[in-house]
Amino acid sequence: MGRFLGHRLLGVLPVMFGVSVIIFILMHLAPGDVATVLLGPQATEVAKTELRHALGLDQPLPLQYGKWLLRTVTGDFGTSIATQLNVAALVLPRFLNTLVLTVASLLLAIVIGYSVGLFAALRARSVFDRVTITVTLLAGSTPPFWLGLILVLLFAIRLRWLPVSGMVDMAGDGGALDVLRHLVLPAVTTALGPAAIITRMVRSSIREALDRPHVRVARAKGLKRGALLRRHVILNALPPIITITGLQLGYLLGGALLTEVVFAWPGLGALLYDSITARDMPVVQATTLLIALSFVLVNIAVDVINVLLDPRLREA
Amino acid sequence: MSAAQIAPPRPFRQRHWRLAAFGRDWAAVAAALLLLTIGGMAVLAPLIGAYDPYEANNLLRFAPPGAPGHSLGTDQQGRDMLARLVWGGRVSLLVGVVPTVLASIIGLGLGILAGYARGIVDQIIMRVLDVLFAFPMVLLAIAVAGVLTPGVGTEIVSITIVLIPYVGRLARTATLSVVTMPYIEAARAAGGSPLAILLRYVLPNVLSPIVVYATTLMGLMIVVGSGLSFLGLGVQPPVADWGAMVADGRVVLRRAPHVTVLPGVVILAVSLAFNFLGDGLRDALDPRTGRR
Repeated sequence: MGRFLGHRLLGVLPVMFGVSVIIFILMHLAPGDVATVLLGPQATEVAKTELRHALGLDQPLPLQYGKWLLRTVTGDFGTSIATQLNVAALVLPRFLNTLVLTVASLLLAIVIGYSVGLFAALRARSVFDRVTITVTLLAGSTPPFWLGLILVLLFAIRLRWLPVSGMVDMAGDGGALDVLRHLVLPAVTTALGPAAIITRMVRSSIREALDRPHVRVARAKGLKRGALLRRHVILNALPPIITITGLQLGYLLGGALLTEVVFAWPGLGALLYDSITARDMPVVQATTLLIALSFVLVNIAVDVINVLLDPRLREA
Repeated sequence: MSAAQIAPPRPFRQRHWRLAAFGRDWAAVAAALLLLTIGGMAVLAPLIGAYDPYEANNLLRFAPPGAPGHSLGTDQQGRDMLARLVWGGRVSLLVGVVPTVLASIIGLGLGILAGYARGIVDQIIMRVLDVLFAFPMVLLAIAVAGVLTPGVGTEIVSITIVLIPYVGRLARTATLSVVTMPYIEAARAAGGSPLAILLRYVLPNVLSPIVVYATTLMGLMIVVGSGLSFLGLGVQPPVADWGAMVADGRVVLRRAPHVTVLPGVVILAVSLAFNFLGDGLRDALDPRTGRR
């Protein structure tokens, strides 16, 4: 197990190296001149040249990349162009807020997906099963940013049950309950797509496991349904379910980006959007890098869980 | 094992299209009809409809659906919603379909090359795709579209880049299973050149899963593309696009919900239709993997 984990973690390095190259190139493809952005359109050519020299922008690209990478791996993400704040200090609290939204959405998607999927699998071809399939199809095709607005319209504007946007009330105490009230709509919005995908995977996986010969034998020998599920079905159905759940966590990290903009949730997505609009490239770089790194680590965690559940995979 | 089970799969071109099977799938047929209707209306937009999608009318702002002369109402500038939805389809469908086709061609090429050549070529291609896989789909699309100059071209480029690794990986897996088939070995033994084997035997057999996958992806990309437009990273106002229309409606959500609701319903319907069409194509092209 230790060797497997070490091997996977070592594999992160080349991938993250590639990610950093892509992000660096992307930022250099960005139109607009940093010196003009910083100094304003009135600046003289001399002042701009001096600033470019001071920032190292007149050096060859590979050298610039090397210096940037060195600073980044030591945790120095530079200074935000728009706010003049330290980027790391700006990004970290936002990362935690995104984590709150992502984890809440994932839990919601798991609770819905596992229970509805299992129920539908046990009642194959029933009305419930058919309704489940239809709803998951609809949910999978719904644009999340639009769903968010519809939920706001219904539950915040019409029914006034929940707040329209933000993470805490201006006048409120900012306590857990306040955050929770603000969390409901964004979490439901983000969770719907993943919940649909997990439901479908749980349903098909459980049905497949129920069809296996050893399950039929156990059933024929009179094993009760609860024991049958616990001992023979669920463990066998689990690997694809775990994999798809892990993939959804990655999707949520991306999907939360749009939800955050709709609900003004102060996370990485809203920050990325604001910094793209302001062309604040150091912040865009740091945000993108951080989300990609989390995504890669989540995928490794999923692999590790799968190997723990199924030792046969360790050889692969 | 019966003879039918061990016979090699007939190449895509020769396997009859099983149009009959597709025709019996009412959901797929309805989806195809819906997409043809919406696509046809988008193409013919300049010829149909009484209203200019950009013509503002201050006297007729926020008209609800069913208002005389404006069956789907008007938006906050008094522009006809139906005309904007029809014209918006031109951009939204373009952004969903073109990148998927481009990415399918590039991904198919890379995947087949990796799966057929193996060795170092395979390693290089797959490691590059691994790097692209390290970004969540939406993040990469937003980052690429956000950094470059906003516009339809940027939107198409960003979605294409995002999709290439997904198609590439599927094409490689499909190629790997095809090249172990006895008929490939036979073709090699008969002296077929690698290129001839690729084009005549590998490509046709890899193509059908890619076609099915690409159709489903188009539905997803309509949603992703409209998300980029919603963020203002795609077409710029006053050009209509379903995602941008949802964003327009956001500021008047309280006053005129239909401005937000209608374009979203269209995105949902089109995305769903592509999914049904993909399922129908899968059943028609590959009878072995029927739906359960």
